Amino acid sequence: EEPHGAAPVGFLQELPSCQSARRRRGGTQERRPALLSTAGSRGAGTLLQDADDCPAREHPVCMAEKRRIRDSQQADTERLSRWKKWRRTSSKALKKALSEVKSLSAYLVLWRHDIHNIEGKFGTGIQSYFSFLRFMVLLNFVIFILMFSFVTLPTVISKYKIFNSTIVYISSKNIEDICTIYEPSGNKGLVYFYIYLKDLLSGTGFLEMTSLFYGYYSIDAVSISIMNYNFPLAYLLATFAYLALSFLWTLKRSVEGFKHNLVHDADPFQSYCNKVFAGWDFCITDPSAAWLKHCSLLYELQTDLQEEKLKQRIAERRMKEKLRIYSLRIFINIIVIAILSGCFYTIYRVTVFSQENSNDIDNANSQINLLVQYLPSMVITLANFVGPLIFSFLIRFEDYTPAFEIKLTLLRCVFVRLANIGVLLFSLWSQISHCGSDKCKPCGYNYKLYPCWESDVGQEMYKLMIFDFIVILAVPLFVDFPRKLLVTHCSCKLVQWFGYKEFEISDNVLEIIYGQTICWIGTFFSPLLPAIATIKYFIIFYVKKIVLIQTRKPAARPIRASSSKFFFLVVLLIGLLLAFIPLGVSIASIPSSKACGPFRNFNTSWEVIPNTVLEFPTGLQQVLFGMASEAFAVTFFLILCIIMFYIIALAQAHKRVVEELREQLVLESRDKMFLIRKITEAQR
Amino acid sequence: GAMGGSASLIPRDLLGEYQELTFLSKQEILLAYKRFSELLPKEERENACSVRVPKSQILTLPELRANPFQHRICHVFSTSETRDDSMSFEDFLDMLSVFSDSATSDIKSHYAFRIFDFDEDGTLDRKDLEQLVNCLTGQGEESRLSSAEMEQLIKNILEESDIDKDGTINLSEFQHVVSRSPDFASSFKIVL
Repeated sequence: EEPHGAAPVGFLQELPSCQSARRRRGGTQERRPALLSTAGSRGAGTLLQDADDCPAREHPVCMAEKRRIRDSQQADTERLSRWKKWRRTSSKALKKALSEVKSLSAYLVLWRHDIHNIEGKFGTGIQSYFSFLRFMVLLNFVIFILMFSFVTLPTVISKYKIFNSTIVYISSKNIEDICTIYEPSGNKGLVYFYIYLKDLLSGTGFLEMTSLFYGYYSIDAVSISIMNYNFPLAYLLATFAYLALSFLWTLKRSVEGFKHNLVHDADPFQSYCNKVFAGWDFCITDPSAAWLKHCSLLYELQTDLQEEKLKQRIAERRMKEKLRIYSLRIFINIIVIAILSGCFYTIYRVTVFSQENSNDIDNANSQINLLVQYLPSMVITLANFVGPLIFSFLIRFEDYTPAFEIKLTLLRCVFVRLANIGVLLFSLWSQISHCGSDKCKPCGYNYKLYPCWESDVGQEMYKLMIFDFIVILAVPLFVDFPRKLLVTHCSCKLVQWFGYKEFEISDNVLEIIYGQTICWIGTFFSPLLPAIATIKYFIIFYVKKIVLIQTRKPAARPIRASSSKFFFLVVLLIGLLLAFIPLGVSIASIPSSKACGPFRNFNTSWEVIPNTVLEFPTGLQQVLFGMASEAFAVTFFLILCIIMFYIIALAQAHKRVVEELREQLVLESRDKMFLIRKITEAQR
Repeated sequence: GAMGGSASLIPRDLLGEYQELTFLSKQEILLAYKRFSELLPKEERENACSVRVPKSQILTLPELRANPFQHRICHVFSTSETRDDSMSFEDFLDMLSVFSDSATSDIKSHYAFRIFDFDEDGTLDRKDLEQLVNCLTGQGEESRLSSAEMEQLIKNILEESDIDKDGTINLSEFQHVVSRSPDFASSFKIVL
C-alpha cells in the first residue's frame, strides 16, 4: 500500500474530483480565486447549474455566500420563460406555507419541553424511551377516539333516544332460549362502600353493566331518522380498523430515518463508524451527563474491541471445544424450555382455580374473593419479574459474545411476557369451551358459567391492566425509593454492594409493550380500555421522569441497539402480531355469546361479514367470494413467490455489481497514485 | 414580553431572509437572537446583528460548554477575517441551521466532515481519527484507549468506510458511511 504522503499534495488538489468535492464543500475565502481559475471551462456553467438545482439554504456555505447564490438564482429566474417563473414562485410559496404550518404544529407536540430537557441531561438513548411513551399515549388516544365514535357513541345516542334514534332488536329464530339468559349481578339496594371499590378493581358488579364491557352493546342496529346503522358490522370493522391503524403507524415510524444497508451483511448498529461518527450526542448540555457519556463511550469501544478478539478466538475453536459448547447450549435451552413450561402450566392452573372460585356465590363479597380474582395477574407479574433474572443468570454459561448475549436475553424476556398473556387467554377459553357433561350442546360454549363470555374475557384484561398499573406505580415508591434512602444513609458493606438502581431502558420498554399488548387484545372485549391505557401512560410518563431524575444513574452499559427507537418499534410490532392470534381465534372460531353483545344472531363474530356480502349485488358478491376461494389463494401465493424470487435474484446481482465496483475503485486509486508519482519523477 | 421585544429588533425583511436562507423557523430565529444578545455586554445589545462575539463568550453557552468539539465548531462556522474564531449573529444562525431538526442529512454530514477534519486538509486521515476518538472518550489520561486498541479501532473504521483504500476518508466516503448510520441524524442535533 503506497503511503499517501509520497505524492505531492499540490497535484492531488488539481484533480477534477478534488475540485468538485471542494466546490461542494464551499471552501474558505482564500481558495476561491484558485478554484475559479483552475475550474476553467467547466467552472461557470456547472456552478450555475449547481445553484439552480437546490435552494440556497441547502448549500454548505456561509450566510454571505448563500445570499449571493440566492441573488444569482433570482437573476436567473428573470431570464426564464413565464411558465417556469410561475412554477418556481409557486413552489417557493408552497414551501413557505408548509414551514409555517410545521412551526405552528410544533407547539401542539405533547411534552416538547420536558423531553428536550431530558435529552439535554441524559442523552438521546433515554430520550428515545420518553418519545416512545409519548407515541403510546397518542396511539391509544386515537384508538379510543375510533372505538368511541363508531361503537360507544351510537349506543349511547340510541339508548337515550337523542336525535330521534331508536334501537332495533332483531330476534333470530334458531337460538335456544336457554342461551339467552343473562343476569349480571349488578348491585341492588344498600351495599358497603368497599364493595364498590372491589367492583372497580375487578370489573364486576356495577361496572359490568356499563359501557366499559362488551355486554352493554347488546343492540342489533340503530336507526337515526331514516338511516340504518349496522351496529355489528361497525363493531367488527372498528376492531379491524384499530388493528390496521396500529400496524401501519408503528411500521411507518420504524422505517423513518433508518436506511438499512442491504448489500453488506454488517450489522449497522455494531458498526464502528456508527459509534465513532455518530457517537457523541450534541444535545447534551449538562457537564456531568457529558462525563457519563465519555465514560460510556470509552466502555463501549473497549468492549467492542475485546469482543472482536473474542470472536477471533471463537473462530479458532477446536472440534472438541465446539461439541462441548453446543451440548451445553442445548442443555441450557432445554432448561429454559422446562422453566417456561412450568411457568405456563402454573398460569393455566391458577387461572382455572381463579375462574372456578370467583364464580362461587358463597364468598362473593369477601376480600379473599378479590385476591382470588387477581391471582392470575399476580402470577403473571411474578413470572415477568423472575424470568429475566433466571435468563440473565443462565446465559452466562452459554458462552456467547456479550452483544449476542444481550440480544438473546431480550428476545427470551419478550417471549415470556407475551406468551404469558397467550397462556392466560388459552386457559380462559378452555374454561369457556369446557363441555364436561354436555353443557355446551345448545349454545356451543359453557352457557351456565359464562352466559356472556366476552365480558368475562374483557374483565380479565381489565384486571391485568389495572394490576400492571398498580405495580408500575408501587415499585418506585416501595422498592426503589427506600433503596435509594438506604444506600445514601447506610454505609454497611452489603447495602453498598447492592447500590443504586440503574435506569434500565430495555426493562422499561418491555413493561410498556406488555401493557400495550393487553390493550390491543382487550379493546375488542372492552371498548373503553384504550382510554384507561391513555391515562395510564400519561401518568407513567411523569412517574418515570421523577424516577429518572432521582436515580441520576443511567445504565453503565448502554447497548446501542437495545436503546434505539428501532428496537422499541420492532418489539412493539411483535406484540401486535402476537395480539392478532387471540383476537383471530375469538372472532372467527369461538361461538359468540347469545345472551349479550352485538353478535347474538350470528354463529361467530366473523359471520357478520359474509352475511353483509350476501346483501351486495350479485356481480360484486361473486368477485368477493372468488377472492376467498382456494383457487385464487393458490394462484396469488404462486405469483408472490415468483415476485419474491425475482427480487432476491435482482438483489444478488446488485450485490455482485457493487463488489466489483468497489474492487475497481481500489485499483483506480492505486493507479492514480502511481501515475502521479511517475509524473513527479518525470518532472524532476 | 421578551419575544415581542426581540422581534422588533430584527427588521421584518431580515427575519424573512433568515427564514429563507436557513432551516430555522421564525420562533427559533427569535430565540437565537435572544440568546445571542445575552452573550453581549449591555451596551452592544442594540446592534447585535453586526457585532462579533469572541470565542470565549460563545463557549459559555450550555449547548456548547459540555461539547468536546466546541473549538472545532467555532472554527468551522466562524467567518472572521482575523481568524480568531469569533462569531457574528449570522454565523450563529448558520450553526443552528446545520444542527437543527429540519436540516438535510447532506448538509449535516458535510459539516460533520469539516468538524472532524482537525488538520483541515480535506480528508480524514489517521491523525484526525485518533484525535476524534480521543475527543469522544474524554480528556483525561486514564480515559484514553491504549495504542493497540486505537490501532485496532482505526483499522476497523477504515475498513468499513475507506472505499478506495487510500488510507484516508474523503468527503464522499464519509457521507456514504454516515448515510447508513442509524444514529447520526438524532445525535448531530442542537436545539436551543
